[in-house]
Amino acid sequence: MSGAPNFLPPYWEAQAARPRFSMGSKVRVRSGAPLGHVRTPWYIRGKVGVVERIAGHFADPQELAYRRDGLPKQPLYRVRFALEDLWSGEAGYDRRDTLDVELYESWLEPFWDYGGDFEAQAKRLEAEGGGHAA
Amino acid sequence: MTQGQFSGGRSWHDMGGVFDGAPGPSVDPAEHDYALWEKRVDALMVLTSSKGLMTVDSLRRVLEDMGPESFETMTYYERWIASVTQNMIEAGVFTVEELRAKTAEIAARGATYGEATRPMGEGAGS
Repeated sequence: MSGAPNFLPPYWEAQAARPRFSMGSKVRVRSGAPLGHVRTPWYIRGKVGVVERIAGHFADPQELAYRRDGLPKQPLYRVRFALEDLWSGEAGYDRRDTLDVELYESWLEPFWDYGGDFEAQAKRLEAEGGGHAA
Repeated sequence: MTQGQFSGGRSWHDMGGVFDGAPGPSVDPAEHDYALWEKRVDALMVLTSSKGLMTVDSLRRVLEDMGPESFETMTYYERWIASVTQNMIEAGVFTVEELRAKTAEIAARGATYGEATRPMGEGAGS
């Protein structure tokens, strides 16, 4: 779509995208490196965290940045990561040291611990709806 | 996980967690005054956004596309007005030629900000 962004989308559009994850869901951040305006920090890509809360629904900034309307709004999650999973600090981190990052749903995929069995994980992902239609 | 064929790699501005080998310079937390023109740039961003001509996302997109050199050579609001200007051209508010002509007209009024803004009915900016 083109033209000025629509700042007041109709109610049904705002409600279109039902959250795929809920509080406590274990999620993995996608590890892609697309061109364009991207809000997902590099250091968080590919990392596993837990949904701390659903922060609401927002128009996609990756689209808004290029003068499109970014609709339908997508769920935005606050995802909590353990610092020791992110940084290789010499002193190490306590498990209580965490970092919250707000991430759009299209950047998240469900995570199950298959201990590196990617084939099993791929089957599960397919059964759950096939990941993301980009 | 496979990456898309059109991978952009790590963007230069996405530097969170990059260790440059030394503790960074301490941040000066003190407030500082803004020049009148800087406040006007801020107001322009609010005004054009409220009219649906740009978004904070399109502001940032242009800033990112300006590259790391701009952060060495331009001040904060110089980068902002460059991005707002780019966005207004994209939105069709004015053309590149209209911008050139207006800039030349303003420059001809005088070298100082006060002289340049006088025809708008403003006093000397300070």
